[in-house]
Amino acid sequence: MKKMKNTKLKKFIDYLVIVIIGVILLYPIFWMFFATFKSNEEIYSSIKLFPKSFDLKYYIAGWKGTGKFTYTQFFLNTFIMVVPTTILTVASAALVAYGFARFHFPCKKLLFGLLIATLMLPNAVIIIPRYTLYNKFGWVNSYVPFYAQAALACNPFFTYMLIQFFRGLPKELDESAHVDGCGTFRTFVQILLPLMKPALFSAGVFQFLWTYNDYFNSLIFINSVKKYPISLALRMSLDAESVVQWGQVMAMSFLAVLPVILLFFAAQKYFVEGIATSGLKG
Amino acid sequence: MRSAKSAVKKSGYTKRDYQAFIYIAPWLIGFAILQLYPFLMSLFYSFNEYTIGAVPEWVGLKNYIKLFTQDTEFWNSLKVTIVYTLYTVPGKLIMALAVAVFLNRDIKGINLIRTLYYIPSLFGGSVAIAILWKLMFLENGLVNSFLQAMSLPTISFLGDTKYALKTICSLEIWQFGSSMVMFLAALKQVPRSLYEAAEIDGAGKIRIFFTITIPQITSIIFFNLIMQIIQALQNFTSAFVITDGGPMKSTYVLGMKLYKEGFSYFKMGYASSISWVVFTIILVVSLVLFRSSSAWVYYEDQGDF
Repeated sequence: MKKMKNTKLKKFIDYLVIVIIGVILLYPIFWMFFATFKSNEEIYSSIKLFPKSFDLKYYIAGWKGTGKFTYTQFFLNTFIMVVPTTILTVASAALVAYGFARFHFPCKKLLFGLLIATLMLPNAVIIIPRYTLYNKFGWVNSYVPFYAQAALACNPFFTYMLIQFFRGLPKELDESAHVDGCGTFRTFVQILLPLMKPALFSAGVFQFLWTYNDYFNSLIFINSVKKYPISLALRMSLDAESVVQWGQVMAMSFLAVLPVILLFFAAQKYFVEGIATSGLKG
Repeated sequence: MRSAKSAVKKSGYTKRDYQAFIYIAPWLIGFAILQLYPFLMSLFYSFNEYTIGAVPEWVGLKNYIKLFTQDTEFWNSLKVTIVYTLYTVPGKLIMALAVAVFLNRDIKGINLIRTLYYIPSLFGGSVAIAILWKLMFLENGLVNSFLQAMSLPTISFLGDTKYALKTICSLEIWQFGSSMVMFLAALKQVPRSLYEAAEIDGAGKIRIFFTITIPQITSIIFFNLIMQIIQALQNFTSAFVITDGGPMKSTYVLGMKLYKEGFSYFKMGYASSISWVVFTIILVVSLVLFRSSSAWVYYEDQGDF
């Protein structure tokens, strides 16, 4: 009897700890949402989570952006930048991973070694020459640098992740297709790709997220407000006025993180599975 | 089919094998133009005085000499970056491991918990969240309001050189969820029989943790450690948005120094030399870790294919 009580108490404490950690982790996000309805005075003076009233005025005021460019433009820019980047990344990573995982070719070991080495190549060390290069090509202040890097499989993380996934698919699939006279590209598209869907989706979700959140590259490659993605627009809103209207800034910040949260809940399986499998084999 | 493969190996490569180059062509081009070339060029620039649009002018070691002997700001940035790395990487990994071990038992709703704990990790590098952090830690922000409500003294988190860097570190550590998910998945793969055997032998919980749990998941800890260090040494966004390097340059990480020299003052040769210092640190740390890894990392397979 006493033992049962003990396990019950232990269970209760376990859940209590879980809830406390959860609250600490998520409180900032909830607070952010409610701050979008608060004036500066209310944000500063009160520790109450809920606002006095749910007035959308900070959303309306914040959305106007700089006056000349609204957040409609910034959101549009973001998606014009992020969506093609994501699609190109997945397509190129799948092709390259197929080449590495399913063929035996000269210098394969060396090339694979280089691919792995670039996993650890810091962005900081290549950003300046990349900038000069893009400047020469006339790509600065456009999204082409993002597209080009994506199309040319410059994020080795995804290639590596998909190679790992290919390794889990039986080689007999390719071999029987080969015997049946199916070419390598058709084998790839018709037989392997359908089986790769979860992995491709995982890769896409991560690349979407990383490009969406990216600030450093956008800051360097994009320099006219007209082409600003949200990240740059938000940073600008901090400098815009001498007294920051936090309600407005929080409203726009909240709208900026909202797509990420929605995507996460819609595709959480791919997030958690993707991170668990890609990391494990490392 | 395996025997056929080895037969091919002996006789060289088939025509089909060479098709691989068509598939890896995007990467070959990308690697050459957008990775290898910039990598070598930044080394070259680091020995030059160079600004965008001008012809690089060879100055030998001048940039490095200036960096190490005259630029006190550089030493400060180096120190700040190292402290940032020493706080965030162990902080994040220990949090992730502790919570993963705690959750690694029969708990109802584990999937939901895992999902919710993961949420902060969605915002790595997000400007919106960096702004939120700034507001929360302002003089009269949320955190100080809490301190006040508990009748504790308030802290100037962003204005005091003692606290500014720690505040920025806290944002990074808050995002331990993705590492936690990896650890949790790794813990699930530790064979139960190992634990049972240890229990029969009468090993205590702490002993089991250090002699069984930890050794079994070293490969994933190692992977996380390397990746987190590389990321931490290049940190930029949080320092730039939350404190803009201040107060008194106490959060002026190398990433910011690099950005200012290269893209605000357009001293791209000088900035390149900073980037090579960052790269060298990463290289040395990685090599030391890799060298030492055979002693403490346990791999189940050799990863060949």
